[in-house]
Amino acid sequence: MDQYSDLNNTAKEILAEIGNIGTGHAITSLSEMIGRRIDMDCPSVHILEYHKVPELLGGVEQVQAGVLLQVTGDISGMFMFLISESFLKIMLQELTGVKIEDVGRLEEMERSAVCEMGNIMCCSYINALAQMMNFKIDVSVPDLCVDMTGALLSVPMIYFANISDELLLIQASYHLGDLSVVNNVLFLPEMESLKRIFEALGESYEG
Amino acid sequence: MRDDPVVIGIAQAGVLRETGHLVSYALGSCVGICLYDRERCVAGMVHVMLPGEEAAIDRKNPFKFADSGCRELVRLMVERGAERRHITAKIAGGACMFQGERSLGAIGERNVQAVRETLRLLHIPILGADTGKDHGRTIDLDAATGILTVKTVRLGTLTL
Repeated sequence: MDQYSDLNNTAKEILAEIGNIGTGHAITSLSEMIGRRIDMDCPSVHILEYHKVPELLGGVEQVQAGVLLQVTGDISGMFMFLISESFLKIMLQELTGVKIEDVGRLEEMERSAVCEMGNIMCCSYINALAQMMNFKIDVSVPDLCVDMTGALLSVPMIYFANISDELLLIQASYHLGDLSVVNNVLFLPEMESLKRIFEALGESYEG
Repeated sequence: MRDDPVVIGIAQAGVLRETGHLVSYALGSCVGICLYDRERCVAGMVHVMLPGEEAAIDRKNPFKFADSGCRELVRLMVERGAERRHITAKIAGGACMFQGERSLGAIGERNVQAVRETLRLLHIPILGADTGKDHGRTIDLDAATGILTVKTVRLGTLTL
Protein backbone atom coordinates (compact mmCIF):
# COMPACT_ATOMS: atom_id res chain seq x y z
CA MET A 1 0.00 0.00 0.00
CA ASP A 2 1.50 3.29 -1.10
CA GLN A 3 -1.25 5.80 -0.55
CA TYR A 4 -4.15 6.28 1.84
CA SER A 5 -6.52 5.85 -1.11
CA ASP A 6 -5.19 2.32 -1.70
CA LEU A 7 -7.15 1.25 1.39
CA ASN A 8 -10.14 -1.00 0.84
CA ASN A 9 -13.66 -0.19 2.06
CA THR A 10 -13.35 -2.19 5.29
CA ALA A 11 -10.25 -0.25 6.21
CA LYS A 12 -11.97 3.05 5.44
CA GLU A 13 -14.89 2.03 7.64
CA ILE A 14 -12.48 1.29 10.45
CA LEU A 15 -10.95 4.74 10.05
CA ALA A 16 -14.43 6.22 10.14
CA GLU A 17 -15.10 4.33 13.37
CA ILE A 18 -11.85 5.62 14.89
CA GLY A 19 -12.90 9.09 13.76
CA ASN A 20 -16.28 8.64 15.39
CA ILE A 21 -14.99 7.39 18.74
CA GLY A 22 -12.20 9.93 18.81
CA THR A 23 -14.49 12.84 18.02
CA GLY A 24 -16.92 11.62 20.69
CA HIS A 25 -14.16 11.62 23.31
CA ALA A 26 -13.03 15.05 22.12
CA ILE A 27 -16.49 16.55 22.49
CA THR A 28 -16.86 15.10 25.99
CA SER A 29 -13.51 16.49 27.07
CA LEU A 30 -14.12 19.91 25.56
CA SER A 31 -17.56 20.05 27.21
CA GLU A 32 -15.94 19.29 30.54
CA MET A 33 -13.34 21.98 29.90
CA ILE A 34 -15.96 24.72 29.64
CA GLY A 35 -18.85 23.23 31.61
CA ARG A 36 -21.25 23.48 28.69
CA ARG A 37 -22.88 20.89 26.50
CA ILE A 38 -21.45 20.32 23.04
CA ASP A 39 -23.14 18.01 20.52
CA MET A 40 -21.81 16.62 17.31
CA ASP A 41 -23.00 15.11 14.05
CA CYS A 42 -21.42 11.86 12.96
CA PRO A 43 -18.00 12.73 11.56
CA SER A 44 -17.00 11.99 8.00
CA VAL A 45 -13.60 10.76 6.88
CA HIS A 46 -12.14 12.01 3.59
CA ILE A 47 -9.05 10.90 1.77
CA LEU A 48 -8.15 13.73 -0.56
CA GLU A 49 -5.45 14.89 -2.86
CA TYR A 50 -3.80 17.79 -1.08
CA HIS A 51 -4.81 20.41 -3.68
CA LYS A 52 -8.45 19.76 -2.80
CA VAL A 53 -8.22 20.09 0.97
CA PRO A 54 -8.22 23.91 1.42
CA GLU A 55 -11.61 24.22 -0.33
CA LEU A 56 -13.13 21.80 2.14
CA LEU A 57 -11.76 23.87 4.98
CA GLY A 58 -13.38 27.13 3.94
CA GLY A 59 -10.87 28.36 1.40
CA VAL A 60 -7.14 28.63 1.07
CA GLU A 61 -6.94 32.13 2.61
CA GLN A 62 -9.41 31.43 5.42
CA VAL A 63 -7.82 32.20 8.79
CA GLN A 64 -7.87 29.25 11.22
CA ALA A 65 -6.13 28.11 14.35
CA GLY A 66 -3.98 25.08 13.63
CA VAL A 67 -2.61 22.96 16.46
CA LEU A 68 0.09 20.55 15.34
CA LEU A 69 1.10 17.49 17.31
CA GLN A 70 3.46 14.70 16.46
CA VAL A 71 2.95 11.17 17.66
CA THR A 72 5.60 8.53 18.15
CA GLY A 73 5.70 4.97 19.45
CA ASP A 74 3.52 2.26 18.01
CA ILE A 75 1.98 4.88 15.74
CA SER A 76 4.05 7.67 14.20
CA GLY A 77 2.82 10.64 12.29
CA MET A 78 1.06 13.95 12.78
CA PHE A 79 -2.23 15.35 13.90
CA MET A 80 -3.32 18.82 12.97
CA PHE A 81 -6.46 20.33 14.41
CA LEU A 82 -7.98 23.15 12.44
CA ILE A 83 -10.34 25.00 14.72
CA SER A 84 -12.82 27.40 13.20
CA GLU A 85 -12.58 31.02 14.29
CA SER A 86 -16.10 31.20 15.75
CA PHE A 87 -15.69 28.03 17.81
CA LEU A 88 -12.33 29.25 19.04
CA LYS A 89 -13.79 32.59 20.16
CA ILE A 90 -16.53 30.90 22.20
CA MET A 91 -14.16 28.39 23.79
CA LEU A 92 -11.68 31.10 24.73
CA GLN A 93 -14.40 33.30 26.12
CA GLU A 94 -15.67 30.42 28.28
CA LEU A 95 -12.16 29.52 29.42
CA THR A 96 -10.65 32.93 30.04
CA GLY A 97 -13.70 35.15 30.48
CA VAL A 98 -12.25 37.50 27.88
CA LYS A 99 -14.01 38.31 24.59
CA ILE A 100 -11.54 37.73 21.75
CA GLU A 101 -11.81 40.18 18.85
CA ASP A 102 -8.98 38.99 16.67
CA VAL A 103 -7.91 35.36 16.80
CA GLY A 104 -4.81 36.37 14.90
CA ARG A 105 -3.56 38.24 17.95
CA LEU A 106 -3.73 36.01 21.01
CA GLU A 107 -2.07 36.58 24.37
CA GLU A 108 0.19 33.95 25.90
CA MET A 109 -2.52 32.57 28.19
CA GLU A 110 -4.98 32.30 25.30
CA ARG A 111 -2.40 30.54 23.14
CA SER A 112 -1.82 28.14 25.99
CA ALA A 113 -5.54 27.43 26.24
CA VAL A 114 -5.75 26.67 22.52
CA CYS A 115 -2.74 24.36 22.72
CA GLU A 116 -4.40 22.60 25.59
CA MET A 117 -7.57 22.15 23.50
CA GLY A 118 -5.47 20.66 20.71
CA ASN A 119 -3.73 18.39 23.17
CA ILE A 120 -7.05 17.16 24.58
CA MET A 121 -8.42 16.53 21.11
CA CYS A 122 -5.32 14.67 19.98
CA CYS A 123 -5.37 12.48 23.07
CA SER A 124 -9.04 11.73 22.34
CA TYR A 125 -8.09 10.18 19.02
CA ILE A 126 -5.08 8.45 20.49
CA ASN A 127 -7.28 6.93 23.18
CA ALA A 128 -9.71 5.77 20.50
CA LEU A 129 -6.81 3.98 18.82
CA ALA A 130 -5.47 2.62 22.10
CA GLN A 131 -8.92 1.32 23.03
CA MET A 132 -9.19 -0.65 19.83
CA MET A 133 -5.72 -2.17 20.09
CA ASN A 134 -3.05 -2.34 22.72
CA PHE A 135 -0.76 0.44 21.53
CA LYS A 136 1.74 2.66 23.29
CA ILE A 137 1.70 6.11 21.75
CA ASP A 138 3.51 9.26 22.83
CA VAL A 139 2.29 12.75 21.98
CA SER A 140 4.56 15.75 21.47
CA VAL A 141 4.08 19.19 22.98
CA PRO A 142 1.42 20.96 20.89
CA ASP A 143 2.29 23.85 18.59
CA LEU A 144 -0.10 26.60 17.61
CA CYS A 145 -0.25 28.76 14.52
CA VAL A 146 -3.11 31.07 13.54
CA ASP A 147 -2.90 31.93 9.86
CA MET A 148 -4.29 31.17 6.40
CA THR A 149 -5.45 27.58 5.86
CA GLY A 150 -3.11 27.03 2.91
CA ALA A 151 -0.10 28.18 4.88
CA LEU A 152 -0.97 25.87 7.82
CA LEU A 153 -1.48 22.92 5.48
CA SER A 154 1.85 23.45 3.72
CA VAL A 155 3.57 21.92 6.75
CA PRO A 156 2.03 18.43 6.64
CA MET A 157 1.86 18.59 2.84
CA ILE A 158 5.59 19.12 2.55
CA TYR A 159 6.41 16.64 5.29
CA PHE A 160 4.52 13.94 3.44
CA ALA A 161 5.38 15.17 -0.08
CA ASN A 162 7.88 12.39 -0.70
CA ILE A 163 5.46 9.79 0.62
CA SER A 164 2.04 10.71 -0.65
CA ASP A 165 -0.01 13.40 -2.40
CA GLU A 166 -2.95 12.72 -0.10
CA LEU A 167 -4.21 13.85 3.27
CA LEU A 168 -6.65 12.09 5.61
CA LEU A 169 -9.30 14.44 6.96
CA ILE A 170 -11.90 13.87 9.69
CA GLN A 171 -14.67 16.48 9.61
CA ALA A 172 -17.29 16.88 12.31
CA SER A 173 -20.03 19.43 12.92
CA TYR A 174 -20.04 20.70 16.48
CA HIS A 175 -23.10 22.34 18.06
CA LEU A 176 -22.56 24.66 21.03
CA GLY A 177 -25.62 26.68 22.01
CA ASP A 178 -26.74 28.52 18.88
CA LEU A 179 -23.45 27.93 17.11
CA SER A 180 -22.87 25.13 14.63
CA VAL A 181 -19.40 24.85 13.17
CA VAL A 182 -17.30 22.32 11.39
CA ASN A 183 -13.99 21.43 12.98
CA ASN A 184 -11.38 19.50 11.12
CA VAL A 185 -8.73 17.01 12.08
CA LEU A 186 -5.95 15.96 9.78
CA PHE A 187 -4.73 12.55 10.80
CA LEU A 188 -1.49 11.73 9.07
CA PRO A 189 -0.07 8.41 10.14
CA GLU A 190 3.04 7.08 8.43
CA MET A 191 2.11 4.24 6.05
CA GLU A 192 3.79 1.66 8.27
CA SER A 193 1.76 2.84 11.25
CA LEU A 194 -1.47 2.64 9.31
CA LYS A 195 -0.70 -0.93 8.30
CA ARG A 196 0.00 -1.70 11.96
CA ILE A 197 -3.45 -0.46 12.95
CA PHE A 198 -5.18 -2.80 10.56
CA GLU A 199 -2.89 -5.71 11.30
CA ALA A 200 -3.63 -5.30 15.01
CA LEU A 201 -7.34 -5.58 14.20
CA GLY A 202 -6.71 -8.66 12.08
CA GLU A 203 -8.13 -6.88 9.07
CA SER A 204 -6.88 -6.86 5.51
CA TYR A 205 -6.64 -3.32 4.27
CA GLU A 206 -5.61 -3.29 0.65
CA GLY A 207 -8.14 -2.65 -2.07
CA MET B 1 -14.03 42.73 -18.73
CA ARG B 2 -11.63 42.51 -15.84
CA ASP B 3 -9.06 39.73 -16.15
CA ASP B 4 -9.06 37.21 -13.34
CA PRO B 5 -5.65 36.43 -11.91
CA VAL B 6 -3.95 33.22 -12.98
CA VAL B 7 -3.72 31.08 -9.85
CA ILE B 8 -0.49 29.17 -9.34
CA GLY B 9 -1.19 26.31 -6.94
CA ILE B 10 1.29 24.17 -5.01
CA ALA B 11 3.87 22.61 -7.32
CA GLN B 12 2.58 24.57 -10.30
CA ALA B 13 4.01 27.29 -12.53
CA GLY B 14 2.70 29.83 -15.02
CA VAL B 15 3.89 32.48 -17.47
CA LEU B 16 2.16 35.64 -18.68
CA ARG B 17 3.19 38.23 -21.20
CA GLU B 18 2.50 41.97 -20.82
CA THR B 19 -0.85 41.80 -19.00
CA GLY B 20 -2.47 39.93 -16.17
CA HIS B 21 -1.54 38.83 -12.67
CA LEU B 22 0.02 35.62 -11.40
CA VAL B 23 -1.12 34.74 -7.88
CA SER B 24 -0.05 32.15 -5.29
CA TYR B 25 -2.21 31.90 -2.19
CA ALA B 26 -1.20 31.20 1.39
CA LEU B 27 2.47 30.32 1.01
CA GLY B 28 3.58 28.74 4.27
CA SER B 29 6.82 26.81 4.16
CA CYS B 30 6.57 26.77 0.36
CA VAL B 31 8.44 29.40 -1.66
CA GLY B 32 6.98 31.48 -4.48
CA ILE B 33 9.60 32.42 -7.07
CA CYS B 34 8.70 35.30 -9.37
CA LEU B 35 10.82 35.89 -12.46
CA TYR B 36 10.50 38.89 -14.76
CA ASP B 37 11.98 40.07 -18.04
CA ARG B 38 11.52 43.81 -17.90
CA GLU B 39 12.42 44.37 -21.58
CA ARG B 40 9.88 41.95 -22.98
CA CYS B 41 7.40 42.09 -20.06
CA VAL B 42 7.38 38.33 -19.55
CA ALA B 43 6.40 37.26 -16.03
CA GLY B 44 6.72 33.81 -14.51
CA MET B 45 5.82 32.32 -11.15
CA VAL B 46 6.52 28.91 -9.63
CA HIS B 47 5.30 27.63 -6.25
CA VAL B 48 7.82 25.10 -4.88
CA MET B 49 7.63 22.76 -1.88
CA LEU B 50 11.01 21.12 -1.52
CA PRO B 51 14.65 22.09 -2.02
CA GLY B 52 15.99 19.59 -4.48
CA GLU B 53 15.23 16.75 -6.77
CA GLU B 54 17.95 14.41 -5.52
CA ALA B 55 16.21 13.68 -2.24
CA ALA B 56 12.93 12.95 -3.98
CA ILE B 57 11.31 9.65 -4.75
CA ASP B 58 8.69 11.07 -7.07
CA ARG B 59 10.27 13.36 -9.67
CA LYS B 60 7.38 13.49 -12.13
CA ASN B 61 6.63 17.11 -11.38
CA PRO B 62 9.62 19.47 -11.72
CA PHE B 63 7.68 22.33 -10.12
CA LYS B 64 7.69 20.61 -6.72
CA PHE B 65 11.38 21.44 -6.30
CA ALA B 66 13.39 24.66 -6.07
CA ASP B 67 16.13 23.52 -8.44
CA SER B 68 14.13 21.96 -11.28
CA GLY B 69 11.24 24.40 -10.72
CA CYS B 70 13.35 27.50 -11.38
CA ARG B 71 15.12 25.96 -14.37
CA GLU B 72 11.88 24.80 -15.95
CA LEU B 73 10.22 28.17 -15.37
CA VAL B 74 13.10 29.96 -17.13
CA ARG B 75 12.72 27.58 -20.04
CA LEU B 76 8.97 28.31 -20.28
CA MET B 77 9.59 32.05 -20.15
CA VAL B 78 12.17 31.87 -22.91
CA GLU B 79 9.60 30.00 -25.01
CA ARG B 80 7.26 32.97 -24.51
CA GLY B 81 9.91 35.40 -25.69
CA ALA B 82 11.95 36.26 -22.59
CA GLU B 83 15.71 36.67 -22.78
CA ARG B 84 17.72 34.94 -20.06
CA ARG B 85 20.08 37.84 -19.52
CA HIS B 86 17.17 40.18 -18.75
CA ILE B 87 15.47 37.96 -16.19
CA THR B 88 15.42 39.09 -12.54
CA ALA B 89 13.80 37.47 -9.48
CA LYS B 90 11.71 38.29 -6.44
CA ILE B 91 11.02 35.59 -3.86
CA ALA B 92 8.61 35.11 -0.94
CA GLY B 93 7.63 32.42 1.55
CA GLY B 94 9.68 29.74 3.27
CA ALA B 95 8.20 30.53 6.69
CA CYS B 96 8.56 28.40 9.79
CA MET B 97 4.86 28.21 10.63
CA PHE B 98 5.10 26.10 13.77
CA GLN B 99 7.90 26.45 16.32
CA GLY B 100 8.23 22.68 16.55
CA GLU B 101 8.96 22.64 12.84
CA ARG B 102 12.62 22.81 13.72
CA SER B 103 12.36 19.15 14.56
CA LEU B 104 10.63 18.58 11.23
CA GLY B 105 13.68 19.85 9.44
CA ALA B 106 12.93 23.58 9.14
CA ILE B 107 11.95 23.00 5.53
CA GLY B 108 11.00 26.63 4.91
CA GLU B 109 14.56 27.81 5.53
CA ARG B 110 16.02 25.01 3.43
CA ASN B 111 13.67 25.86 0.58
CA VAL B 112 14.78 29.50 0.62
CA GLN B 113 18.46 28.49 0.61
CA ALA B 114 17.89 26.10 -2.30
CA VAL B 115 16.05 28.81 -4.26
CA ARG B 116 18.83 31.35 -3.67
CA GLU B 117 21.48 28.83 -4.72
CA THR B 118 19.60 27.83 -7.88
CA LEU B 119 19.09 31.47 -8.91
CA ARG B 120 22.76 32.16 -8.26
CA LEU B 121 23.76 29.28 -10.55
CA LEU B 122 21.34 30.60 -13.20
CA HIS B 123 22.89 34.09 -12.87
CA ILE B 124 19.51 35.57 -12.02
CA PRO B 125 19.77 38.48 -9.54
CA ILE B 126 17.27 38.64 -6.68
CA LEU B 127 15.82 42.15 -6.56
CA GLY B 128 13.54 41.61 -3.59
CA ALA B 129 12.74 38.98 -0.97
CA ASP B 130 10.23 38.55 1.84
CA THR B 131 11.06 35.18 3.34
CA GLY B 132 11.28 33.26 6.59
CA LYS B 133 9.58 34.42 9.82
CA ASP B 134 6.44 32.65 10.98
CA HIS B 135 3.52 33.77 8.88
CA GLY B 136 1.72 32.93 5.66
CA ARG B 137 1.85 35.08 2.52
CA THR B 138 -0.30 35.54 -0.60
CA ILE B 139 1.68 36.91 -3.54
CA ASP B 140 0.56 38.70 -6.70
CA LEU B 141 2.89 39.42 -9.64
CA ASP B 142 1.79 42.06 -12.15
CA ALA B 143 2.95 41.06 -15.65
CA ALA B 144 2.74 44.66 -16.91
CA THR B 145 5.13 46.08 -14.32
CA GLY B 146 6.92 43.22 -12.55
CA ILE B 147 5.72 44.52 -9.22
CA LEU B 148 5.19 41.85 -6.56
CA THR B 149 2.61 42.43 -3.84
CA VAL B 150 2.85 40.34 -0.66
CA LYS B 151 -0.24 40.10 1.58
CA THR B 152 -0.29 38.75 5.14
CA VAL B 153 -2.87 38.26 7.90
CA ARG B 154 -1.19 40.35 10.62
CA LEU B 155 1.45 42.48 8.92
CA GLY B 156 -0.53 44.10 6.14
CA THR B 157 0.68 44.32 2.55
CA LEU B 158 4.20 44.81 1.27
CA THR B 159 5.41 45.67 -2.23
CA LEU B 160 8.63 44.35 -3.72
